[in-house]
Amino acid sequence: MSTSTGTARQLPKPVRGRGPGYALQRAYVRIMMWLISRLLVAAAAVDAGVGREFDQLPRSFRFVMRVRSGSAGLALEKRDGRLGVASLRESTAPDLVFEFKHVAHAFLVLSFSESTPQAFANDRLLVDGEFPNAMRVLRALNRMQAVVLPRFVAVRALKAYPRIAPGEKIALAVRIYARMLLQLFGGK
Amino acid sequence: MSREYFEFFCPVKIVSGHRALENISFELDARGAKRPLLVSDRGVSGAGLVDLVSEAITSEGGAVGPVFEDVPPDSSLDAVRAAARLYRESGCDSLIAIGGGSVMDTAKAVNILATEGGDDLRRFGGYNNLARPLAPFVAVPTTSGTGSEVTAISVIKDTELGEKTFYYSQFLLPDVAVLDPRTTLKLPGLITAATAMDALTHAVEAYTCLAKNPLSDAYAEAAIRRISRWLVPVLESPEHPEGRLELAQAAAMAGIAFSNSPVGLVHALAHTVGAMFGIHHGAGNSIFLPYVLEFNLAARRAEIGELLLYLAGSDAYATTARERRAEAAIARIVDLKEAAHSLCGMPRTLSETGRLSLEDLPEVARRSLDDGTIVMNPVDVTEADALAVLERAWGE
Repeated sequence: MSTSTGTARQLPKPVRGRGPGYALQRAYVRIMMWLISRLLVAAAAVDAGVGREFDQLPRSFRFVMRVRSGSAGLALEKRDGRLGVASLRESTAPDLVFEFKHVAHAFLVLSFSESTPQAFANDRLLVDGEFPNAMRVLRALNRMQAVVLPRFVAVRALKAYPRIAPGEKIALAVRIYARMLLQLFGGK
Repeated sequence: MSREYFEFFCPVKIVSGHRALENISFELDARGAKRPLLVSDRGVSGAGLVDLVSEAITSEGGAVGPVFEDVPPDSSLDAVRAAARLYRESGCDSLIAIGGGSVMDTAKAVNILATEGGDDLRRFGGYNNLARPLAPFVAVPTTSGTGSEVTAISVIKDTELGEKTFYYSQFLLPDVAVLDPRTTLKLPGLITAATAMDALTHAVEAYTCLAKNPLSDAYAEAAIRRISRWLVPVLESPEHPEGRLELAQAAAMAGIAFSNSPVGLVHALAHTVGAMFGIHHGAGNSIFLPYVLEFNLAARRAEIGELLLYLAGSDAYATTARERRAEAAIARIVDLKEAAHSLCGMPRTLSETGRLSLEDLPEVARRSLDDGTIVMNPVDVTEADALAVLERAWGE
């Protein structure tokens, strides 16, 4: 971000059209949306911090994060007090939507090049829904990223890296990934 | 590739200056409007400001429609529906809002029903749920603080559901904002101080929070210069037309700045104490601003230091060592608070408001984390952080 003082910097090379990596970016965003939805469901069951945030959301709460064009997205829903992955094609309107204006914006955030709060600040990401619920989902996403990502990656994705002992972090991450695999292959 | 990116939007025409109200007739004509509904509240109407605007229009050959002056202190769905009915039954084709934030919010929502028809405002709630331009809309602010005359949001209390609903769309922006010193000359000192400190907070948070960008910075800097220069002279001589106009311009500039670089922790705390204890929004912002800036020094020392130039002028800036500028800027804001306290009794601390006790602070801290503005704060805020800022702001 620029400031009023400004600093000399190298200008980027111009990119013609959308650039050769655009299709790859779209594929990456799809994969990450898929992964994030499963990791959030697992983290809500394993980690008290993530679970507490989702517990405070209303019954039958439905959350969607998507790219505006519809090229990628995820949907989560609370059913019987538990969080689960839902279909993006549900006819009922979601209670909360985080929407990236286009794939390149989503790629920046999901490749941990820009934090989610900075993406909101830069108008890359729109929120439609009640703000207290948006804050709960955002805190859950932050906590999940802090736990499952290596620290050197998480510090790029978060405004502040929380105090968490290395041993605790590794143990939680292992349990969350194991839970996700169990949900995928064990049918739980 | 560079990740630098921002968006900036403000299509509102600003008409500012002495006798600016007389220009409304031209602005309505230019938009093909012949019969505006005037939306206001009883306080503003009782102060003669609705008559002032009506006379300014008719003296220049324009016409005005009926006056709706039943806007409550908190904009309500009932008031919006009643005003929209009056608009339709009277054959109006445009709107003029004369008042503070609540009147502006009400008029924006009335414009939705006036243009789209019906009584069901809720279906337009949330983000970007309007698809076409609304009727011509002129905003005449009678306080210099909220910046509502240049913002695209309206918050309406839904009396049936018992909750507040927000409406956000570029189509809610007024076509014209008219800043005329005659509309604020009689404003009481305490309201003048609280609304000016509200505008100062808009500008300072726009300049120091996550969405800051070169254009919002330019507006914020200009607003801060004016408030710092004119707040005390206006409190000392309330009927100072030049100072009143400068504060009105500052509030509009701060409004443009924070519309394009949203506010942070100061507002999260002020919203919370406002909702829980009825503390005036501007007074709350004024109380918290220095303490939040101290908290944000960790991430924004350079930017807060730059504020010294706009708050205290080039001599003070040049003679203050770079590493001391941030603290000096915060001290200048504290000086403004002290002046507002001695000249009109504005509270400097939470304890001076007399509305809450020390035991309430943990709950305020907890609730403030759910306020959406906290996302834009440059430093991540935990419950313990929010409580620490509140305890500093308690005073005593």
